Amino acid sequence: MQLYLPIADIPVNIFLILAMGAAVGFVSGMFGIGGGFLMTPLLIFVGIAPAVAVASVASHIAASSFSGAISYWRRRSIDPILAAVLLTGGSVGTALGVWTFTQLRALGQLDLLIAVSYVILLTTVGGLMFWEGLRALLRARRGGAATARRPGSHVWIHGLPLKMRFKRSKIYLSVIPVVVIGLIIGFIGAVMGIGGGFILVPLMIYVLRVPTSTVVGTSMVLTLVTMVFATMLHAVTNHLVDAVLALILMVGGVTGAQFGARAGQKIRGEHLRLLLGLLVLSVGVRFAIELGIRPSDLFTVRETGGTG
Amino acid sequence: MIARASVLLAGLLLTAALAASPASAERLIVSVSNHRVTVTPNYSGEELVLFGSVEKDAQTPANRTYDLVVTVSGPRADMVTRRKERKFGIWINTDSRQFLKVPTYLALFSNRTFDAIAPPDVQRRQQLGLKNVLLTQRVGPDYADVVPDDPFRSAFVRLRTQHGLYREAQSAVTFLTPTLFRTGIPLPGEVPIGTYDVEIKLFADGALVTRTETAFEIVKVGFEQFIANAARNNGLAYGLVTAFMALMTGWMASIVFRKD
Repeated sequence: MQLYLPIADIPVNIFLILAMGAAVGFVSGMFGIGGGFLMTPLLIFVGIAPAVAVASVASHIAASSFSGAISYWRRRSIDPILAAVLLTGGSVGTALGVWTFTQLRALGQLDLLIAVSYVILLTTVGGLMFWEGLRALLRARRGGAATARRPGSHVWIHGLPLKMRFKRSKIYLSVIPVVVIGLIIGFIGAVMGIGGGFILVPLMIYVLRVPTSTVVGTSMVLTLVTMVFATMLHAVTNHLVDAVLALILMVGGVTGAQFGARAGQKIRGEHLRLLLGLLVLSVGVRFAIELGIRPSDLFTVRETGGTG
Repeated sequence: MIARASVLLAGLLLTAALAASPASAERLIVSVSNHRVTVTPNYSGEELVLFGSVEKDAQTPANRTYDLVVTVSGPRADMVTRRKERKFGIWINTDSRQFLKVPTYLALFSNRTFDAIAPPDVQRRQQLGLKNVLLTQRVGPDYADVVPDDPFRSAFVRLRTQHGLYREAQSAVTFLTPTLFRTGIPLPGEVPIGTYDVEIKLFADGALVTRTETAFEIVKVGFEQFIANAARNNGLAYGLVTAFMALMTGWMASIVFRKD
């Protein structure tokens, strides 16, 4: 069934968009990531203008992460205090990121910078997660206890001042690294146009040693807030949010996210990390290949305005 | 003195232009099947029909055979064509050309090949065919159209053609009788919104005899128009509603799918 999108100005197949929303929603519910780094390229592939895709995906991620966050909240797997501390850093980071974005755009070659940072970020993060997941899995198979969290080990982060007790997560930690991580995620998210969940989750696990039980739900809260903010920002500045496209994506997305969240609860932590690592890595490799091989068409055409 | 001379010259030209049309002896009468294409939620492209006839009068030489070229050009916009090159092992955009105020949709239809209709110099002057249409480029500080086989120009035309937005069909116009003709104007789903100019040129013996113009518009109506206007004029309210819609959808889903 074809439907004409009022802002994107092209007709699309409703069921195709619904299915894409559901598939990405499933992945985002399962791993607690926004899924923007999957959804945006898919929409561009269908023929939607990149700017409209980025702007509309933000509201789709907001819906997905809200429904995910609710079900994690019911299972008491969100740490509200940890989320609040992350958000203080996150909001400052987002503001800095938007400012940097504007500066970079004035210099040109922003597209290249985004593509290169995608490659570096996704392959590094994905590779590390995949490797760690694989090692944990092998350790578990050999019979040893697979402990993602080693309570006894004290790294330099635990020596920092301003310690705070995060009850739900059962960790006693300095607020400094938490705020800094929020800041980094907010900054990267704003510059690259992604939620940043796939970087946040591993950072929380490996650096902050947040237990796997609360990490996904808590990161979803951060994603939710930043994406609602991003939707507003895109709607006010560029007028490019396609509400109809967003609604179709949301309906597919929230449905997928519910099933994804349930599937995520059933899968063991190390398997989950292995899968997410593999997913992030493959997207990174795909971007790398795109940069490295000769494109089928060396030319691209883009409208630069002046319609009338 | 110079000013007066130019006024006089302009006056003369105007008189000449006015005098030219009755002297040319033929008149074109055309119409499009629909002057207002409305975009509704189930819009996925449309085909318009242009039909018309050649009116002759007493001075018209008998047994004259006619050729017809129809040019449809959509709303104009600035576009940029970029070329990728390999640098430091990766493919990046290096060179680009800006096309200024070029039609976002462009279609040329004729009853036979442009080469059969008119000699090359007439083809160029009358902009017959995609390779002869004026596409203004900005090359550094200059504004010009370049040779038809310029790589950026041909890539631009090729990419637009791939999307069905630029097209050329040299047998699309059919003469139903020696003076009655019709042609279809296919509009793909992703066709831009706006006013479309249709120019019809009548040729005989390799020369332009007469020309006429008509137009149609593609407009959003109802729901589509409401959304587009809201997004443009009330950005903040639109954003708030969209964000609220996102939260509601998420909340609804968590209720619908609640198991416990």
